[in-house]
Amino acid sequence: MTRRRKGGATLPYWLLSPAVVVTLFIVFVPMAEAVFLSLHDYLIWKPTSFAFVGLKNFITALGDEVFWISAWHTLIWIGLTVPAQMLLGLVTALLLNRTFPWRGLARALVIIPWALPSVITALMWRWIYDANNGVLNDILVRIGVLQSAFPWLADPDSALLSIVLTLTWQGFPFFAVMILAGLQAIPSSHYEAADIDGATTWQQFRHVTLPGIAGVLVTAGLLRLIWVANSIDVIFVMTGGGPGYATYTLPLYAFIEARTSLNFGYGSALAVMFTIILGAFIVFYLRRAGRSLEA
Amino acid sequence: MSRRTPLLRRIVTTDLPVALIVCFAIGPYLWMVLTSLTPDKRLAAIGVALAPVDWVIENYERLFSRTTFIENLGNSLIVASGTVVVGLALSITAAYAFSRFRFRGRRFLMLQFLVINMFPIVLLILPLFVMMRRLGLLDTHAALIIANATIAIPFSVWMLTSYMNGIPTELDEAAMTDGCSRTGALWRIVLPLCWPGMVATGIYIFITAWNEYLYALTLGGRKVRTMTVALQTLIGEYQIEWGLLTAGGVVGALPVTILFLVVQRRLVSGLTAGAVKG
Repeated sequence: MTRRRKGGATLPYWLLSPAVVVTLFIVFVPMAEAVFLSLHDYLIWKPTSFAFVGLKNFITALGDEVFWISAWHTLIWIGLTVPAQMLLGLVTALLLNRTFPWRGLARALVIIPWALPSVITALMWRWIYDANNGVLNDILVRIGVLQSAFPWLADPDSALLSIVLTLTWQGFPFFAVMILAGLQAIPSSHYEAADIDGATTWQQFRHVTLPGIAGVLVTAGLLRLIWVANSIDVIFVMTGGGPGYATYTLPLYAFIEARTSLNFGYGSALAVMFTIILGAFIVFYLRRAGRSLEA
Repeated sequence: MSRRTPLLRRIVTTDLPVALIVCFAIGPYLWMVLTSLTPDKRLAAIGVALAPVDWVIENYERLFSRTTFIENLGNSLIVASGTVVVGLALSITAAYAFSRFRFRGRRFLMLQFLVINMFPIVLLILPLFVMMRRLGLLDTHAALIIANATIAIPFSVWMLTSYMNGIPTELDEAAMTDGCSRTGALWRIVLPLCWPGMVATGIYIFITAWNEYLYALTLGGRKVRTMTVALQTLIGEYQIEWGLLTAGGVVGALPVTILFLVVQRRLVSGLTAGAVKG
């Protein structure tokens, strides 16, 4: 074996060192610093007031009404967006897996929402939802669903749901693409066998298709869950968290706390708490998903 | 008749639903294009111009003559290209090590690169701001390139490892029998072969960095303002000039849309290889 040559044992570590050292400095050191900051009172415009306060920021958060509002919204946000993306992605993938003349074109076009910058997505949808000249109101009034224009993003009851729809639009192509790849990996002999056994379309879907893509669904679901939970740029541009706290999620609250209140200590504490909650959620998800895959 | 029925069935069960989904996917984008072609006065009075006769390019003229949008696009280009260079340069050797060697800590290190991608951006953004301020790097291209590299390096390590795994190890071994060193095999054999994978990874990094907003907003400033941040600043205090804004959106989205369509097939195969097999 060549890697037993002299010096071969350390070679992989040398090859890895640039990437590892750089990520150490730009990811792991800042992460440790976030934890460090979260234990301090730190208003960035008052550099002298840097004081160790232990877990005070965390205790403050637990008694902070906005924290709980944001946590609840984060749950709704993930609980609605990820399943909606997955369902629409699944339908899209099943359709795109059939044969029809313009399949290549349809596949390329469906992916477009995924490529667009979040800021542009957010602005585009703000324009669609616009209370005065937005096309959504225009259509709904014309077909008689609404009597008059509705301020989708300015109404506390509809703002979060409106952004969920936007994020579903942005994220479903990812699911479609991943699931499509999974569908194509199912051997056609499985369907032929099901046909011979006289399985109905639904039975084929239930017993051949679904088990075949279960792994992809779990993986893609996890990736999207993390991504949706972390995603704050679309909300930030569309509503900035408002009206009131109607569209606050935990990471957004941490970001706004640091950005507008310049309270880096409290902001970091919120970010750390969010990361811990998300981590716990991921472990829970993997356990559940692992069990359902075996069953 | 017997031939028409399946065709009709196909249209109803496949073509129509697909058409609906495609409309949903590209509708908002097309609406943005139409809005950008509508004169501002008409937009407020009647609405978006649907007929080509009413289209004008005045919004685009205003965008380029009255705002700093060209400059902002330039900043985005510098940041995105810089991120591609840093991301690829640092991950080539790492990917080679993961793909060709079995060593202690390999699993742990690979996992580490996977986990980094899952860290909330909001956790890193505050300490990175503090760090850049300490280093005097706020409002520079370097700050944004470094921040984007936190996403680009782990992603690129994973993608390149998966591409290199697709190149048979016999090729390196043959080269080494012929007198090539380990690193010689990397440069002469593996790199030329995984060139398409590197291009795809590079393009994807470019798209991600081009689209990035939160780091650019927090670590950038007046001197280095990227396209995404500039777009947001086009929103006025009291009213939004939708014509101007959508024109900026169309121009800002154009490069990445084209790149994405070019690279999508290769990217998808790289991304899904692990998911489908694993």
